[in-house]
Amino acid sequence: MTLAVFFGCTFIAFGPAFSLFLFTIARDPLRIIILIAGAFFWLVSLLLSSLIWFIAVKASDPRDEPLQKGLLIFGVMFSVLLQEAFRFLYYKLLRKAIEGLVALSEDGCSPISIQQMAYVAGVGFGLMSGAFSMINLLADALGPGTVGIHGDSQLYFLTSAFMTMVLIFLHTFWGILFFHGCENRHWWEIVAVVVMHLAVSGSTFCNPLYVGSLVPSYVLMAIAAVWAYMLSGGSVQNLRRFLLCAQSGASPQPAS
Amino acid sequence: GPACGGGCRFCGSSSLKWACVLSSGSCEGNSVERKIYIPLNKTAPCVRLLNATHQIGCQSSISGDTGVIHVVEKEEDLNWVLADGPHPPYMILLDGNLFNRKVMQQLKGTSRVSGLAVSIAKPNPPQGFSPGLKCPNDGFGVYSKDYGPQYAHCNRTVWNPVGSGLSYEDFDFPIFLLEDANETQVIKQCYQDHNVPTDGSGPEYPLCAMQLFSHMHAVTSTVTCMRRNSIQNTFSINPETVCDPLLDYNVWSTLHPINSSEKVDPKKEFIMVATRIDSHSFFWNIAPGAESAVSSFVTHLAAAEALHKASDVHLLQRNIMFTFFQGETFDYIGSSRMVYDMEKDKFPLRLENIHSFVELNQVALRNGSILWMHTDPVSRLNATVEPQVSESSLYNSSVGANVTLQEVGFSQSLPPSSFQRFLRARHIPGVVLTDHQASFQNRYYQSMYDTPENIRMQYPEGLSPEETLEYVTDTAKSLAEVATVVARALYRLAGGANDTSAIQADPKTITQMLYGFLIKMNNSWFQSIIKPDLKGILGDDVPQHYVAVSSPVNTTYLVQYVLANLTGTVVNLTKEECLNPEKTPNAEKEMYDYAWVQGSLDPNSTSRVPYCVRSTVRLSKALSPAFELREWGSTEYSTWTESRWKEIRARIFLVASKELEVSLHFAWCLSSESSLFLTVTPIQ
Repeated sequence: MTLAVFFGCTFIAFGPAFSLFLFTIARDPLRIIILIAGAFFWLVSLLLSSLIWFIAVKASDPRDEPLQKGLLIFGVMFSVLLQEAFRFLYYKLLRKAIEGLVALSEDGCSPISIQQMAYVAGVGFGLMSGAFSMINLLADALGPGTVGIHGDSQLYFLTSAFMTMVLIFLHTFWGILFFHGCENRHWWEIVAVVVMHLAVSGSTFCNPLYVGSLVPSYVLMAIAAVWAYMLSGGSVQNLRRFLLCAQSGASPQPAS
Repeated sequence: GPACGGGCRFCGSSSLKWACVLSSGSCEGNSVERKIYIPLNKTAPCVRLLNATHQIGCQSSISGDTGVIHVVEKEEDLNWVLADGPHPPYMILLDGNLFNRKVMQQLKGTSRVSGLAVSIAKPNPPQGFSPGLKCPNDGFGVYSKDYGPQYAHCNRTVWNPVGSGLSYEDFDFPIFLLEDANETQVIKQCYQDHNVPTDGSGPEYPLCAMQLFSHMHAVTSTVTCMRRNSIQNTFSINPETVCDPLLDYNVWSTLHPINSSEKVDPKKEFIMVATRIDSHSFFWNIAPGAESAVSSFVTHLAAAEALHKASDVHLLQRNIMFTFFQGETFDYIGSSRMVYDMEKDKFPLRLENIHSFVELNQVALRNGSILWMHTDPVSRLNATVEPQVSESSLYNSSVGANVTLQEVGFSQSLPPSSFQRFLRARHIPGVVLTDHQASFQNRYYQSMYDTPENIRMQYPEGLSPEETLEYVTDTAKSLAEVATVVARALYRLAGGANDTSAIQADPKTITQMLYGFLIKMNNSWFQSIIKPDLKGILGDDVPQHYVAVSSPVNTTYLVQYVLANLTGTVVNLTKEECLNPEKTPNAEKEMYDYAWVQGSLDPNSTSRVPYCVRSTVRLSKALSPAFELREWGSTEYSTWTESRWKEIRARIFLVASKELEVSLHFAWCLSSESSLFLTVTPIQ
């Protein structure tokens, strides 16, 4: 039972992200660098926010349950705000990087556009966030036991994997939205990203009522996906042309 | 013993444990692990012991044995495990009353059992329980085909008729003892919630399961494991020892001081008094040994104290040596080593110095007031006047005391005793004192049930620990009578001519010793008589008297210090002088041992008043001569070794069904298909 849970949950959580990586990022070294740097920025934001939470917890009374719960909620909200702040910082860094790349290029334009950078940065944030959500669960999934002896839900590993998957996708789309908002001074897009992030993180406090956290997250992911698609130049015609082409089998699409 | 030091839990565990360092929260028992597992902390394992030809004990797989829990409280419940249950292998939670040979033979023969957890039966099983042999230490005593063959192998008298020999069987699944009734209840609750069969058909997943880790490194026999040890030590940069010989120290002391660095004059005569101080049970380090060991050495200590208080002790013609042998349970490790040392001139005494031998075996369960005297029938046949001397001294000493001494019949052999090892080497007149005429009175010989209740130690309700320490139980009074008789007899044997009515053993000392060695070592008296740096050996758990492989064990230390306190004198030396007696003039370091003990607590302050004790108490190594001679397959000396292990622990958790596997495969197939679809987005 152990290896099945381990591999199952790994592929549920990271399968889509790794295939995104493989097909769109892996071939271009510049994108890989942006991905890794994005992951690092997320990591630093987590480090700072967990430091604040840790100090707050150590300074408080561990036996006071409502206080600890309140500190946790505060910690999560503060972490969300810090992550978005670091996303903004990363945007600023990438903007400067584009100027450098333009200076280094032969034809005066950057080999990578800010929209592509936005997508890659989003994937970077998502992968590192997913890693931190999932790895310690996967380590315990390798053992012979499953969650439940204290009365917790049996589906703990499964729902965590699905939540991680949706969070990786959400980070990707938020990256696109956020950078677009910063580029074109559309402040409402930035605010929407922050609000969505807070909503998704807040909904996880409904757990173990998993329908309260997974369903809203998937709905928000669908909304964010459509919005990001629109902002990236997609439209209904594009989509129809893509699907019709796939049906007629005329163009070589890497579909299953 | 354990192969690596503290923090053994993470040796060779999951390779992803590195990742939990990254996550917030501590590594040990992170929150997800705490959702899944309930660790069982108060357990005792059954470990593997080896001798020259066999291995005994239990073994688990290297990554633990897992099985679905089934509670067996009556014999019919076993059918589910052995035949009917649909989810083998099973991990059995066995009621203590069913832990007998018949049930264990059934479990041994099947592959549907992956392990066993035994809960202690409360109260003790009324029919008796002994996992020891029917004929303890057979083949290593004095009776063999060359000497009294009719007495060898318990042909005439079966000493331990209740013995099932379970401790000496080899099991290929782990067996643990659940010491805490609360943990047993948690397991039973988990079983009730998840594992109870519904209407004859099997219970449904998820099921409650248990995992036991007790992988032993040594196999086959001592010969094999010592050979592997020497290969490792010769060729490996980081040698991995697989087994350790059982060893400890004998404690000995003399009535008149002797020069321990020289050999005693062959014309000097000694009376040797001996008892054993160790015991054993099926499980590792569980050996309360109330009747089999503690009763005898406590009586011995009290007799030594009474003798030292006699006024004309220094005028006695013969010296008396009080010896406490360690490791006697395992084919006479301590006594065989002392005999060997005496023969090879490595001990201050030689066998020729021993005039007679008095041994105290189990003495707490006297029937009425009778104390039995056992002698060797074979040496009686060649007897001269000498053997009668010890007995007549004993008879004379019992006059007026509430002890009736009686001889057992002439055709009965000696019970298993250290005296047998001395007889093997030289004919010495001697007697073994016990409370049983033929078979043991002790129905829990070498088992976990040989507890204070077995020797009828009872305390009234509502006493504080200090009051319990001081309260004189009936058991203590009974042992005091035996100690008085022994002390007076020894006085006579040593040539004392005066009236012995002043020689009395003190029941108060005995009851304090019984409390300390059977109920709680960490009491005020023991604290006051040990060295300051040994405070840590006084634990709050029930004291156990297993010989173990790291030495000296707590029991040896405590016997040494109690003997020093009861028979030594307080001398007016400073700490530096006491710790360095060679620099102090008139200290006579070879004659005496000096110990700086912490002293008792002042009633009003928190500090102690330490002082220096001068005594003749010494330790002598109790390692079987087989290991000195490097004869791992010896049939003459004890060859017992204990295997090493890395981790020993137990935990319970839920296991999920195989159907979940299928749904997981389906789910990840779906997700990877959808991800491929996503890759053809127009973001290029």
